[in-house]
Amino acid sequence: MSPKPGLLKTLDVVSLGLLIAATYMALIYAPTEASMGQVQRVFYFHVATAWIGMLGFIVAGVTGILYLRTQNLKWDILEVAAVEISLVFFFIAIVLGSIWARPIWNTWWTWDPRLTTAAVTELIYLAYFMLRQGVEDPERRARFGAVYALAGAVSVPITFMVIRLYRTIHPVVIGTPSAAAQGGFSMSVPMKTTFFFVIFAFTVIFIDLLWNRIRLGRFEQEVEELKLKVIQ
Amino acid sequence: MEKKLQVKSIVPAPPPAHRSRPGFGLTVFAVVWKDLMAEMRSRELLSAMLVFALLVIFIFNFALELTPTVRSEVTAGVLWVTFAFAGTLGLNRSMALEKDRGCLDGLLLAPVERSAIYFGKAIGNLTFMLIMAVIVLPLYAVFYGVNVFRPGLLLVILLGSIGYTAAGTLLAAMSVQTRTRDILLPILLFPIVLPVLIASVKASSSFLGKAPNISVILPWLNFLIAYDIIFITLAFMVFDYLVEE
Repeated sequence: MSPKPGLLKTLDVVSLGLLIAATYMALIYAPTEASMGQVQRVFYFHVATAWIGMLGFIVAGVTGILYLRTQNLKWDILEVAAVEISLVFFFIAIVLGSIWARPIWNTWWTWDPRLTTAAVTELIYLAYFMLRQGVEDPERRARFGAVYALAGAVSVPITFMVIRLYRTIHPVVIGTPSAAAQGGFSMSVPMKTTFFFVIFAFTVIFIDLLWNRIRLGRFEQEVEELKLKVIQ
Repeated sequence: MEKKLQVKSIVPAPPPAHRSRPGFGLTVFAVVWKDLMAEMRSRELLSAMLVFALLVIFIFNFALELTPTVRSEVTAGVLWVTFAFAGTLGLNRSMALEKDRGCLDGLLLAPVERSAIYFGKAIGNLTFMLIMAVIVLPLYAVFYGVNVFRPGLLLVILLGSIGYTAAGTLLAAMSVQTRTRDILLPILLFPIVLPVLIASVKASSSFLGKAPNISVILPWLNFLIAYDIIFITLAFMVFDYLVEE
């Protein structure tokens, strides 16, 4: 068992610092939005966590392809790490979105394309872990995981586009919003600074968590190999 | 010298390096034929799907209080939920049969392309799905007095079933090889196949409406076709990895 690398320890501390700084930026530094008030501050963490969620799922889809091509278990470890972290962050994004939606849309939940797609994505990756739990052979588990991650990565965008044929009320803050969007606003300069800083902070936190989880994955693999040795 | 020659003559000629494999289409047909014959003789898969489908429709009747005005609006939804639920029964059973009696190993030993086995199973499942739909639709029409005989609706059922079985056969091939195989397939399948169900319900309810407007329906049909093509292609590429030992 190898000790924790120094760079990772540093990154842990940096991540924690960035998280505190991001919280300060979002809650105190950023100005209060004119029409929505304090609840708009949820937006910074909402977008950042959703971004990490999506990033992880894209990483999982790509590593799925890489695993199938190379049959190297290191891609499988990376895939599991990415899905696990994204599952948690995407869940946080959904909860934060609900907190914002309650006063702005006057409901916790609506069957809007983004919300529905987010929920379905969560279900797909929950199913991903249930699938993995049912397979004992590590290589088969990795193959099945890779195929399912790939199927999920293909299906999620289609789901989004299919539901988009309905009208959407989710605001689009960057780019052109649809006419029916409710709760949109334009960002002032300090808001933009906060927005990009929080996204940067969460990306670093993601990399840190990913690294830690990959390390854990390697240990799991080691334990599994040792167990097999004991049985033999 | 003479002896050596003699020995050589009784050794059979080595087989040519590339023996001609049966064609792809022929292999697919053989797998489909095998499934249909087995079903013709046992009738356990279709009968289970049909009885289950009828039960689901009955339960909907009481769960939703299907009065005449409500019926016309929810028909498409009720039908597709029925097809989806009964479909998982068929998909699971059709793959579990192969796994249980070691038939899958036999199929994999055959010197044919693995993806041909996938297409054979998928077409077999599609056939069962369509037969079920053909029997359930008139029964639904009789029970609820809704006219469901629209050519457009049949097209939607065909396209939707293709997407459903394309993804379903692929995922069933995985789920039967797991410890939790009795419960896993619907959990794996439904979130992946959601776009098919949404597009099918929307297109079906438009076709069942008073004046079907083709410009409204066409985008849903396009989605169904796109999904079918994407998932057939995906399955074609990855099926080998699922049955590898």
